[in-house]
Amino acid sequence: MPSSPAAGRAPLGLRLTTLGAILFLHVPMLVVLLYAFTTDEATFSFPPPGLTLDWFQVALNRADVWDALGLSLRVALVSTLVALGLGTLAAAAVYRSRFFGREAISFMLVLPIALPGIVSGIALRSAIGITNLPFSFWTIVVGHATFCMVVVYNNVLARFRRTSGSLIEASMDLGANAFQTFRHVVLPAIATALLAGGMLAFALSFDELVVTTFTAGQQQTLPIWMFSQLTKPRQRPVTNVVAVFVVALTAIPILLANRLTERTVE
Amino acid sequence: MHRLATFLYLRPWLVLALLLGPPLIWMVVVYLGSLAALVVQSFFSVDSSGQVVRSLTLATYGDLFTQANLDIFVRTAVMAAAVTLATALLAFPWAYYMARFASPRAKAALYLAVLLPLWSSYLVRVYAWRLILAKEGIVNWFVQQAHLDQALDWVLGLPVVGGPSLSVSFLGMFIVFTYVWLPYMILPIQAALERVPRSLLEASGDLGARPAATLRHVTLPLAFPGVVAGSIFTFSLTLGDFVVPYSLGNSSFFIGQAVLSFTGTAFNIPLAAAFTVVPMLIMGLYLTGARQMGAFDAL
Repeated sequence: MPSSPAAGRAPLGLRLTTLGAILFLHVPMLVVLLYAFTTDEATFSFPPPGLTLDWFQVALNRADVWDALGLSLRVALVSTLVALGLGTLAAAAVYRSRFFGREAISFMLVLPIALPGIVSGIALRSAIGITNLPFSFWTIVVGHATFCMVVVYNNVLARFRRTSGSLIEASMDLGANAFQTFRHVVLPAIATALLAGGMLAFALSFDELVVTTFTAGQQQTLPIWMFSQLTKPRQRPVTNVVAVFVVALTAIPILLANRLTERTVE
Repeated sequence: MHRLATFLYLRPWLVLALLLGPPLIWMVVVYLGSLAALVVQSFFSVDSSGQVVRSLTLATYGDLFTQANLDIFVRTAVMAAAVTLATALLAFPWAYYMARFASPRAKAALYLAVLLPLWSSYLVRVYAWRLILAKEGIVNWFVQQAHLDQALDWVLGLPVVGGPSLSVSFLGMFIVFTYVWLPYMILPIQAALERVPRSLLEASGDLGARPAATLRHVTLPLAFPGVVAGSIFTFSLTLGDFVVPYSLGNSSFFIGQAVLSFTGTAFNIPLAAAFTVVPMLIMGLYLTGARQMGAFDAL
């Protein structure tokens, strides 16, 4: 249903329910923003008794927050790189050849995000238990890369399908070998898809809690830190500030990824 | 380099193996291997000292079917179904407006308004409701300003859905689940609606159907696979979540909470594994059904 002026104005009821849904989805984030400035230290009282910028200073000086942030960033970076490599390979394989079980590849890649998070989490935890592996940075990364792969795969495969295969044939006809064709034809064509997929994978990893809970052991990523604050709040205003920071930080890669895929569509 | 390229060009199967090998090996070893480990763990058991006994037994599955655990499964599945229904009702107008009426600019903005919460800040979004539903928080403030205290007390006094306060009740949990999973429902419905050919709607109108009849008999049936596709996410995500129940629930556990508690204080990995086999089976059935309804084309 392509939208066009012919569709006319939406009925009032439809406009109001849509507006209601938009408010429902976005007002809570404004609340979080407001609470980052409250002077109320012990409760979540509304309206806030007063506003202050002090908590940003306090949060900046908290070593546990910085440690958690650092671990999350490192995990997200490495997982994204692994997912980029493996996801692109899988997309290229599925795009260029027909083989037995091709459909199963997509299904298997989507499984880690289609199955409930605790299933993937407990599965990895069981594997760690059976193989007696110690919890480490790498146990977290392996879990994250596994569910990030599908994001890269989907983005790159969609781009491959939109890029015409005749470009590749033309390059080969003109005497370029497979590596030259990849370097000068394929890579530029999929570059923004890679970037967009990478951004989304990064955001996904940076935000993940359920699987991480089972693969992290005693280590604290930022989501694990947030979750511990949800269940056992220590200093509520610091949590509020970190919440605002997390929202801002994850919005950036998503907005960029959206920009990248939008511009190249037609 | 050139010779290598020619060598590979003549052996397409080798190229395929090189491309497909690494991701395939990763997924099979890491993920399918882990799922296999999960199934194996679920046949292990724990002795009285809390050590995992590595011999196959059905005893852990026996522990699974106690009344308390069956309650957990039913409670979680009912919540997942209720949340799925609520998100579908809220998502449809949004998706319909986006697909049918929005100008290209408005559409792009609405798309972004779904995308941002879908990809990010899941914990912050749950946390926001801790602030909103808190006893001294916004909702109660509004309720007091509007002198609706008694209405709220009445709702909280209801059996099952109620609780001591909004921030500790099934009702609160239901609101938060609906809130966090709503974006996952909007996108598939919108995608399904975008694919409804305009000519069908015109034909329906030409044949004398009023807009409401066209919506009921043409648009809704064609959008249904999108709803089913979205429900895969809302259902699966609710089944597997422990953050919302931990933040807003009471001692009546949900599946995710129970599993987490078995890996923590009540250390019993085999029972945790057996527990997750249940949502796996539920999702397996669900996916099979969804596939038959053509939902996979709408993903």
